[in-house]
Amino acid sequence: MNHPVVAAEQLCFSYPDRTVALRSISFTIHHGESVAIIGANGAGKSTLLLQLCGSLTPTTGQVRIGGLPVSNATLQQVRRSVGMVFQQPDDQLFMPTVYDDVAFGPRNLGLTGHDLEQRVWQALDAVSARQLATKPPYRLSSGEKKRVAIATVLAMDPAVLVMDEPTAGLDPCARREIMGLLTAFDQTRIITSHDLDMVAQVCSRVLLLHEGEIRADGAPGDIFADTELLAGCRLEPPLAMQACCVCGR
Amino acid sequence: MRVAVIEGALLELRQLDLLASGDSALHRLDPRLKLLAAFAFILSVVSFERYALSGLLPFFFVPLAVCAMAGLPSLLVARKAALVLPFAVLIGAANPFYDHTLQLQLGPFGISGGWFSFASIVLRALLSAAAAILLVAVTGLPAIAQALARLGVPQPMVDQLLFMYRYLFVLAEEAAHASQARALRSAGRRGLGPGPFAAMVAHLLLRSWERAERIHQAMLARGFTGQFHSSRGYRFGLTELAALLLFVGTCLLLRLVNLPQLLGEAALGLLLRVA
Repeated sequence: MNHPVVAAEQLCFSYPDRTVALRSISFTIHHGESVAIIGANGAGKSTLLLQLCGSLTPTTGQVRIGGLPVSNATLQQVRRSVGMVFQQPDDQLFMPTVYDDVAFGPRNLGLTGHDLEQRVWQALDAVSARQLATKPPYRLSSGEKKRVAIATVLAMDPAVLVMDEPTAGLDPCARREIMGLLTAFDQTRIITSHDLDMVAQVCSRVLLLHEGEIRADGAPGDIFADTELLAGCRLEPPLAMQACCVCGR
Repeated sequence: MRVAVIEGALLELRQLDLLASGDSALHRLDPRLKLLAAFAFILSVVSFERYALSGLLPFFFVPLAVCAMAGLPSLLVARKAALVLPFAVLIGAANPFYDHTLQLQLGPFGISGGWFSFASIVLRALLSAAAAILLVAVTGLPAIAQALARLGVPQPMVDQLLFMYRYLFVLAEEAAHASQARALRSAGRRGLGPGPFAAMVAHLLLRSWERAERIHQAMLARGFTGQFHSSRGYRFGLTELAALLLFVGTCLLLRLVNLPQLLGEAALGLLLRVA
């Protein structure tokens, strides 16, 4: 694959109330990369993600997905290749049962019968949620909801997986499960998170966002070692890279 | 165990929803059949003339039979049906004051038609509520919505119903949290009047609005174009038709033939003959 899977070119965005959220953002992401977008609250992470799936359109500049510029004309194609997992699973799971919810996307793609069933079970198996198929969403735990939300997107067979805060609010075990999934996928992955320990383990590249601008773009090891840079962006190195709070080493 | 009002209502709703996941012969029936049967039942009950009382009594056997067949706790169903009592009482309360036509003379006491129609309204409300609750308890709302769609109700209305049901739980949870937070800071006083309450409701509305937007985004992100595609195999064959006809026939029979009156007359005849 020569051309990048995701490319942002001079992307600027302001909300209707004139809050400037993104200032001239440019980056390219290639096939199979696992990229974390990190930054303080209000740095523009979520706004940037919404640009990638065409939920928001840039004020100036553009986003290209697999070479296609994101516009109203290409929206359906873009949404087929970008699978977006929202931060609140309750916003994503709206059908009466887990099975119906996972089937929602593929049905919109026109799948029926055996193909549909196979796609749904595959997606549920990928997140080990087969046993949840008949449950209604409100009877799932937060960790289960998160896994099912990921399955609903996997069932669309996207080229790019975009996840907003995949480990927020999960217990340690559920967090580990999600991290396991994130490392196992071979799709291009773009996630936002404040969980820098997770980022250090599952991502090969970090985009550091501060006040709507990209401050750094590089390997997690390099960026997390630069404590001055992190502090300037209201962040701290991952706990694993900080001194031990008991022995101080 | 002390559960706050909203949480309590939510728990009961979940309980009802849980009943629908049972697996009795009634649960497995085609939802269209059950929907039409409930409709026939309610129609027969409400179509009685205004003073009807004895004719309504045999209808109480139907919900009891359904409870027994589906393995549902009849007390729970009765308690839920009783929730309509205040409304029924409110509607019928004026009748005894306006309708003084004498209907029954028991020794020195005359009972007016107003009392009869009042009692009749209460009985009908109870029966109709029981029918609706049982329908939900043996079918589940999603299946009822599907039945409605297949019986020709416009899809947008059915979708609204499904969304309402799905987010009722989320909204109720949010409301419960808000009212809990308010209770914890109101220092034992019963709220602070309508002001904070209105603010709380307004806040809930705005939050629901924002959530609705996020849900719509999530739907669009998965290729939603305005059409819900669903498919679930239910069968409406001869057996189902026969079962429906049997049920409707029973309702009709109970509606047209006043069993308690017949029984009473027969017993009276027997008594007279013996005497």
